[in-house]
Amino acid sequence: MATLIRLLGDFDLAEEALHDAFTAALERWPVDGVPGNPRAWLVSTGRFKAIDVLRRRARFDRAAAALAASIEAAASSAGQEVEVDADEVEDDRLRLIFTCCHPALSRDAQLALTLREVCGLTTEEIGHAFLTDPRTIAQRIVRAKGKIRDARIPYQVPSRTELSDRLDNVLHVIYLVFNEGYSASSGDALTRQDLSGEAIRLGRLLVELLGEPEASGLLALMLLQESRRAARTSEDGELVLLADQDRARWDRALIAEGAGRLEQALASRRIGPYTLQAAIAAAHAHAATAEATDWQAIVALYDVMVRLDASPVMQLNRAAAVSMRDGPAEGLALMDALLAAGDLDDYYLAHSARADMCRRLGRTADARASYARALELTRQGPERRFLERRMAELTTGNRLGKHGFQG
Amino acid sequence: MRYLCVIYDDEQMMAGMSKEQGEAFMGEYFAFTDGIKKSGHYLGGEALEPVATATSVRIRNGKLSTTDGPFAETKEQLGGYYLINARDLNDAIQVAAKIPSARTGTVEIRPIVEFGTPS
Repeated sequence: MATLIRLLGDFDLAEEALHDAFTAALERWPVDGVPGNPRAWLVSTGRFKAIDVLRRRARFDRAAAALAASIEAAASSAGQEVEVDADEVEDDRLRLIFTCCHPALSRDAQLALTLREVCGLTTEEIGHAFLTDPRTIAQRIVRAKGKIRDARIPYQVPSRTELSDRLDNVLHVIYLVFNEGYSASSGDALTRQDLSGEAIRLGRLLVELLGEPEASGLLALMLLQESRRAARTSEDGELVLLADQDRARWDRALIAEGAGRLEQALASRRIGPYTLQAAIAAAHAHAATAEATDWQAIVALYDVMVRLDASPVMQLNRAAAVSMRDGPAEGLALMDALLAAGDLDDYYLAHSARADMCRRLGRTADARASYARALELTRQGPERRFLERRMAELTTGNRLGKHGFQG
Repeated sequence: MRYLCVIYDDEQMMAGMSKEQGEAFMGEYFAFTDGIKKSGHYLGGEALEPVATATSVRIRNGKLSTTDGPFAETKEQLGGYYLINARDLNDAIQVAAKIPSARTGTVEIRPIVEFGTPS
């Protein structure tokens, strides 16, 4: 597909052509046998099918006629067989990823386009994953392709000077896809494994094709987070916190692979935010029990992290880690300061974390208020039930407190 | 392919510059323009007089209406443009990024509609 897009210069035409080529394959291969290089056959056939499509359109559209002529000219000069070697195909896939994630497209469009063109998901699947009407997704994709065509966004891997920024964008898109699969933003299913799987596949592809350290860092992060999938929910689909997870259910193979990728990233000495987050995830993965967690190391990693990414969410995560190393009073002080600044007001985890600090300090009323605020902000079933349980436990604790010490 | 790079900057901030800062800024513009002439990107470009000199013209129901000022009050005002020739959007972005006002304001890149040629 990626190769056809390069040769034909147009997403929709490539799609139609590939479809026609597959149809032809289904008719011809049972009769003629599967060709030696099936991919080359498809590309070659696809190209000729595209010429047919364009000729039909050409009766109404001069531009199509010109395009058909140029494709034909290129095809005949290259000879009957298209040489499609593995390297070229990989390069095409890289070009495709970078084009779909071009910053001139809106973030929503980048996500939809990447999932459609690189991962091959249907608009229904994408709509389902992001809880959006598939028609909205389809429109986004049409507009994005229009922009690519009209503004002439080139189908190419960025130059060395641009690569770093453009890669950041691609990594961000991949991580958004992973996160969408890791925790649903609303509804009852806590995780959508297929999306996380797609993100990991994309991450692997990127590392294979580019070998940039932050790409390895992101892949490590996703693998390490994915390793906890089985332990993250109980049999009834209830949320299980990291501290309470059954570590025997962590996927050791994924942890080993993640750790390996992290080593690769660290060896480059070019440490970025994804690599740091992976290091934090690895620190958790290496602790045999929650009690054995090296919080000192984790806080140290967060200290570096907030220098690279001073976002409120990152500071909140650091505050939570500090509370584990230095106690809830320290954590609460940091969190209250963050909440006072106002950026985390709509972030349910901020209120949930604050509630946890208050709970640990025995400040029951404050804890209840924060849990209530958190509940207002999340629609997701398992998260809500977890918060409701915590609130209920507060009441129980309170009743005990009224009667003095429990023997 | 041709693109118009439309330059928006905060006039008040610009007016607040010292004489030295202002001259340095203009110097950067001259250097930029020279640069893109040499690279073959330059097709045209002008600086515009401030927004206070603007006049907006509309004809509604056959009647001519002329008003003082820009078509809309904005935080950043249209200050100039460059018409450039570029290979593709990435090339245009590389050029636009070097326009001095990209650091202080915004440069909008718009592809030119080429009538009469196949897309």
